[in-house]
Amino acid sequence: MSTDEVVLLDFWVSPFCLRAKIALAEKGVAFVEQEEDLFGGKSELLLKSNPVYQKVPVLLHNGKPMCESTIIVHYIDETWPSPPLLPTCPYERARARFWADFIDKKVFEAGGKTWQSKGEEKEVAKKEFLEILKVLEGALGEKDYFGGDSFGFVDIIAIPLTSWFDSCEKFGLFKIEEHCPKFSAWMKRCLKRETVAKVLPNPEKVLEFVTSMRKMHGVE
Amino acid sequence: MADEVILLNFCPSVFGMRIRIALAEKGIEYEYREEDLKNKSPLLLKMNPVHKKIPVLIHNGKPVCESLIAVEYIDEVWKEKAPILPSDPYQRAQARFWADYVDKKVYAAARNVWATKGEEQEAAKKEFIEILKVLEGELGDKPYFGGETFGLTDISLIGYYCWFYAYETFGNFSIESECPKLIAWAKRCMEKESVSKSLADPHTVYDFVLGVKKRLGLE
Repeated sequence: MSTDEVVLLDFWVSPFCLRAKIALAEKGVAFVEQEEDLFGGKSELLLKSNPVYQKVPVLLHNGKPMCESTIIVHYIDETWPSPPLLPTCPYERARARFWADFIDKKVFEAGGKTWQSKGEEKEVAKKEFLEILKVLEGALGEKDYFGGDSFGFVDIIAIPLTSWFDSCEKFGLFKIEEHCPKFSAWMKRCLKRETVAKVLPNPEKVLEFVTSMRKMHGVE
Repeated sequence: MADEVILLNFCPSVFGMRIRIALAEKGIEYEYREEDLKNKSPLLLKMNPVHKKIPVLIHNGKPVCESLIAVEYIDEVWKEKAPILPSDPYQRAQARFWADYVDKKVYAAARNVWATKGEEQEAAKKEFIEILKVLEGELGDKPYFGGETFGLTDISLIGYYCWFYAYETFGNFSIESECPKLIAWAKRCMEKESVSKSLADPHTVYDFVLGVKKRLGLE
């Protein structure tokens, strides 16, 4: 077996980068993290590896770049098949992809609005955000994880976004647990998992980052 | 056991065309149902309660929503014939990246071309052409986006070709003069029966867009 070289172009607080890190950890794949300075100056390697968007994460496997976090997680699952992140049944796979796509389309943007807005706009943002979490609660049902008994693809897509939720709650003035107890319970369950707990950033540091983003957006 | 396959669609939808092409590539028989988007059927609302949108593929009573997800589903279920995604994980990641690029960029940019006027429209046309040029760059000298065979990225983009007549007419410009390689690629795809039978007639699309513009007061 040849030695794989796996590099992740990263930004510590990016939930999209966290998806890749968790997936690699679940597969037991060793990799090198290269932290990018997104505000100071992106590296040549990043600009060359992701010329279309110039964003992180980028996964480089033996020098070949892959971009877009959900696509990266798919790649990780297909290249290192054990343990599988997606179910084997095509219909269940399509369902998992549907929820990953829903999460991608809705959660980060709605969460962002709760800490970027003020007054009435904030109330609207909070309502929308909680409605989205309620839809996800519906998808979760009585299951431990989105795929059933085991932690998998949809959980990996969703859980990193929750590292920003403390900040949403603080600036949006609400508590997720009060409105979406099942979602909250799922969050706590995932956070107990070593592959997740080891990579999620310190919530206080995330709050500091979000606070500085608010200043940058002129929301303070 | 015979498969029951139903497609809930709206004829001009580029997203519906993707599923039609995939089903045709695999030679799958299905029931086509046209939805009236101003009066959505109870079946559509039941099968896609989250987004309430077409297209929806229903396979033996179970719904698959979101066109690219449905295309991958079709590829996985009917895997013996006409593969849509390559087997190599890196090539698959590239195919998915470009299909995702089409999704992120083309629809919104194209809509701005026909929905705006004056300076806004000029800016919209410029942005739209830039996006098509990026896609042309990715195509390079290959016959299809995936190389020698027609695949996911081609399927994600080709439906827009039947909308080009509407864009060009409302935008007063020629896409072919800006992106000749892309048009050559589109014509190559149209030689495939799975594509030519799945795309809407450009004049039907034009009439549809004209109707939308009138309704939205965008003339």
